Amino acid sequence: MRTRAHQNARAAVTPPAILDRLRAADPRRYVVYAGFALIMVVFSITLRDSGFLTTPNLVHIVQQTAPITVMAVGLVLVLTAGEIDLSIGSVVALSALVAGVMLRDYDSMPLAVAASLAVGAGVGLFNGLFVTRVRVPSFLVTLATLGLVAGLARVMTNLQSVPITHEYFNGLFGSGSMAGISTLVLWSAAAVAVGHYVYRHTRFGAHVLAVGDNARAARVSGVKVERVKVAVLVISGLCAALAGLLYAGRLHGATYTLGETDMLTVIAAVIVGGNRLFGGSGTVVGALVGSLVMGVLNNGLILGGLSVSQQMIARGVIILVAVALTLREEKA
Amino acid sequence: MSTTATPSAAPALRLDRIRKEFGGVVAVENFSLDIHPGQIVALVGDNGAGKSTIVKIVSGVHHPTSGSIALHGDQVHFPDASAARGHGIEVVYQDLALADMQPVYMNMFLGRELVTGPLRRLDKKRMASQTQALVDELDVRIPSARATIRELSGGQRQGVAIARATHWATSLVLMDEPTAALGVAETARAEQLMRQLRERGRAILLVSHNLDQVFRVADRIAVLRRGAQIGVRETAKTTHNEIVSMITGLQPADEA
Ligand SMILES: Nc1ncnc2c1ncn2[C@@H]1O[C@H](COP(=O)(O)OP(=O)(O)OP(=O)(O)O)[C@@H](O)[C@H]1O
Ligand SMILES: [Mg+2]
Repeated sequence: MRTRAHQNARAAVTPPAILDRLRAADPRRYVVYAGFALIMVVFSITLRDSGFLTTPNLVHIVQQTAPITVMAVGLVLVLTAGEIDLSIGSVVALSALVAGVMLRDYDSMPLAVAASLAVGAGVGLFNGLFVTRVRVPSFLVTLATLGLVAGLARVMTNLQSVPITHEYFNGLFGSGSMAGISTLVLWSAAAVAVGHYVYRHTRFGAHVLAVGDNARAARVSGVKVERVKVAVLVISGLCAALAGLLYAGRLHGATYTLGETDMLTVIAAVIVGGNRLFGGSGTVVGALVGSLVMGVLNNGLILGGLSVSQQMIARGVIILVAVALTLREEKA
Repeated sequence: MSTTATPSAAPALRLDRIRKEFGGVVAVENFSLDIHPGQIVALVGDNGAGKSTIVKIVSGVHHPTSGSIALHGDQVHFPDASAARGHGIEVVYQDLALADMQPVYMNMFLGRELVTGPLRRLDKKRMASQTQALVDELDVRIPSARATIRELSGGQRQGVAIARATHWATSLVLMDEPTAALGVAETARAEQLMRQLRERGRAILLVSHNLDQVFRVADRIAVLRRGAQIGVRETAKTTHNEIVSMITGLQPADEA
């Protein structure tokens, strides 16, 4: 083994990549997958009679978590770059409402989708410029925009819900299916696939990692650090807007409370999924698993007949355990 | 950028009467120096003498208040660090400007990643194999080009930083106290790398407080004191004592 690797090195051939990958692999990521498997097994047994392990229920879980998954993909990029985005929860509501109003007033899906995404990108751009130009930490900037955007969502329709009757919209972003697969599942899969590709296989992804790892090193290497930070916040805003469309499509309507509690769920999903809170490394696939963990927990606790307050407590405890397990590595 | 210029041609780097003020403070005044390809010139002087300022001017981080920079005979002006890099100038920093959690090959190619195909997918395979070939050639002993920086020792990291400079610097490598954080054996390895760079025809400007090191590797020694150029000596024709007295001010500046 050793001699072979040595010969390879001498001959300037890439050493066996798989060995390196295994060695460099982050054990935290396996904790996530093992934990996910464990939760599935426990619920499968304890909730056998409540229909946990039926195809409709499992598809239901994936559908329910679609907005969380989409936002988690964006947040992985943001956290990796060493920033955070707390504004996503309220962007969900505003973008959903904008889509609803556009559909109501103009009956044009492209216009509604474009306006909604523009809201997300706009908030992200605002966050990004504030962070990079005014040099306020993203924690504070996005905390402020969280409130600001939530306020806009409230005044926009005077706290009124907007029903959406556009069938094609509701199908594409909610209850529809393509080739027998729920569009919500497809949106999740697409977000994760694109996110993963961008993260692991593009120059932009490499720059995001470098910026969160060592911004100075990135800068002296010619990486446009500020531009990367703005970009990840814009992407996060776009993901939140897409999440808003998914809620609007699924619920056939929009209201200012959409996404209200999502910010914490998304952060929990991303961290439980084995991502670092402090930048420089991360995993999009892990975030998907983290998001599914959140969905399964939700579903299992409801099927298990826990009251809302009991669910909150149980979820809190489980997240604490998961985060403790995934962050343990940091201290080593 | 031609690196095949004959040795007697214009110097790789010529600094002509460089002056730099920060507000009212004069950090460097009237500094002139030539470095030819295949030469190591050491820049020595006490703390605050202006050594790093000169490195930053040549690497495009600072702009000189007056004076000029020429590379291979052509006057240049660097609006920023990328411009200097574009002219084949690389910097090796004391505090290792490396991204710790990324693999060696990504650090080697950071900002200049190789991509392939219509989707411009990162060509990790090619980056890793080129990195492996380079570290093997320079005999930088690291476990693998795919190892993350944080798994490496300080010496291995500096080896990576110097290998990176070797790879990208077509004309000039600036080193600001590159071995200040290294142990004896690791310092020796880094000095070996500097000699290899010299053999490859690169010009090297080495900032160091370690006079033994300066005498081991440099061809010429330039002395700065409080921003003023005291003199330049051929290593073979000077002594520790002379350099020390130039640094400390016991010996007056050469007539300009
Ligand atoms: N960005 C800056 N703004 C203002 N003054 C500066 C700046 N950079 C350097 N100086 C001043 O210029 C002078 C030279 O500093 P420089 O860092 O070049 O010294 P040095 O020779 O590298 O010292 P050391 O050996 O301690 O690294 C010092 O007086 C320093 O305070
Ligand atoms: Mg210095």
